[in-house]
Amino acid sequence: MKRLNWRGAVSIAAFILLWTLLARLKAPGFAEIPDPAAVGRAFWEKYLPSAAYWRSWLVSFERVGYGFILSQLLGIPLGLALGTRRTFHDLVFPVVELLRPIPPLAWVPLSILFWPTAELSIVFITFIGPFFIIVINVHDAVRGIRKEHLWLARSLGASPARIFRRIILPSVVPAIAVGMTLGIAVAWNVVIAAEMIASDAGLGRLTWEGYVSHTGTTVIIGMISIGFAGYLSTLIVTYAEKRMMPWQR
Amino acid sequence: MSAALSIRGVSKTYDPQGGASVEALRDCSFEVRAEEFVAIVGPSGCGKSTLLNAIAGFDTITGGEIRLDGALLARPGLAPRPGPDRVVVFQHGALFPWKTVLENVTYGPLRQKALSREAAQAKALELLRASGGLDGAAATYPAQLSSGMQRRVEIVRALMNDPRVLLLDEPFRAMDGFSKATMHQHLLELHRRYRKTIVFITHDLDEAIYLADTVVVMTTRPGTVKEIIRVGLERPRVPQMLYSRAYAELKRGAAQSVHEEARRAFERGEREQA
Repeated sequence: MKRLNWRGAVSIAAFILLWTLLARLKAPGFAEIPDPAAVGRAFWEKYLPSAAYWRSWLVSFERVGYGFILSQLLGIPLGLALGTRRTFHDLVFPVVELLRPIPPLAWVPLSILFWPTAELSIVFITFIGPFFIIVINVHDAVRGIRKEHLWLARSLGASPARIFRRIILPSVVPAIAVGMTLGIAVAWNVVIAAEMIASDAGLGRLTWEGYVSHTGTTVIIGMISIGFAGYLSTLIVTYAEKRMMPWQR
Repeated sequence: MSAALSIRGVSKTYDPQGGASVEALRDCSFEVRAEEFVAIVGPSGCGKSTLLNAIAGFDTITGGEIRLDGALLARPGLAPRPGPDRVVVFQHGALFPWKTVLENVTYGPLRQKALSREAAQAKALELLRASGGLDGAAATYPAQLSSGMQRRVEIVRALMNDPRVLLLDEPFRAMDGFSKATMHQHLLELHRRYRKTIVFITHDLDEAIYLADTVVVMTTRPGTVKEIIRVGLERPRVPQMLYSRAYAELKRGAAQSVHEEARRAFERGEREQA
């Protein structure tokens, strides 16, 4: 049986107690911040039964889902091509290096101008963040493949096509996993900011509306929901990674 | 079937674009008879691995030629051709971590379509069993094995192809003394049983004399053959021989050359640092 982490429980209890105290005493900066009980009550009474609240979840998850999955579907092959094809690398990699340092949020205005709908531009921005991460991770991994593995595969009679599928691909799976873990976190970062700037739906928008309408409970429920949503997506990605690498326990 | 190997006047100069060229090997010559166990000893960076990679067909040479039972393997201008007749076991190990032990070991015969899946698996299990009962580990991944077990599996993977020459590149370098001694007996037993021609690279003179029929001492870079020592010790080799007079005399003779070269390599290192 797993032992209960007493220190952890005490730490969380102390955090909630401190928050309650500061909110009740209206400490400097806490004038508009509700105490945990008020947040809990508002969640139970207003948000839990609200279809609009759950739609915010769905909308944000959809955007992260599309952006993230597209980034992997396009980024992994691009990283592989950049890593294995010398000429392609020399032609394309400079552009990747040029665009990579631009933070995803800096793409917001251009994205809104370019895409016909706000929805597409948000998905695009959510795509950009994880995309460059996975491209660079896969590219570096291909270049770092141990030459002994490639040599041995050739000695043992594998064709170039087989070496690609059976040696190069599995060699970069750990790097894909790292890229996915980093990428899903970035995707959530970006989608929340993009929703605050350019959307009328989603968890980011919910939090922002709480701020605009001076509803402290909504802001905090939004924040906690975003944290939880990010945690859930990380669980899904971690599960996928374990399935991808049965040889790593 | 084991084959004889001829190394004749082999040279290798690396000529990187825009960098200073490096002469790794200069006019190396020696002969390896079929079923012979040859150890190549030399200081780090003397081109031992370069020579092994040329024999294996991973890299080109810039002078001389290499022949396997008279057939040309390498000469300048010839594209390197690796093949299952010359399989290497590497220093740091090169089992495919994403494949199970059985998948690693059957990889060669299946790729070459030399055996059916059933036949390959049966042969693999038999060889693994003969390598210290490793058939029990067939379904595990390499990372779950000790380094000694991993190296045994690699040797099995090589043997599965019935190579004509087995090439070992300092395979026991990272091991502690006890595991190393166990691996020595294991390798000697495999050599006795399968009669493979073996080229074994090491910088450990004791290991070389104890295992080999012939020890080739190489000079520091550019690597060339400094001395060829015939080890007259009888087989089977047993650890007690390490304390025999014959062994001590062989070692005294060889140690002189090896130490000279180690010293030169060290001094050159100092100069290059300065």
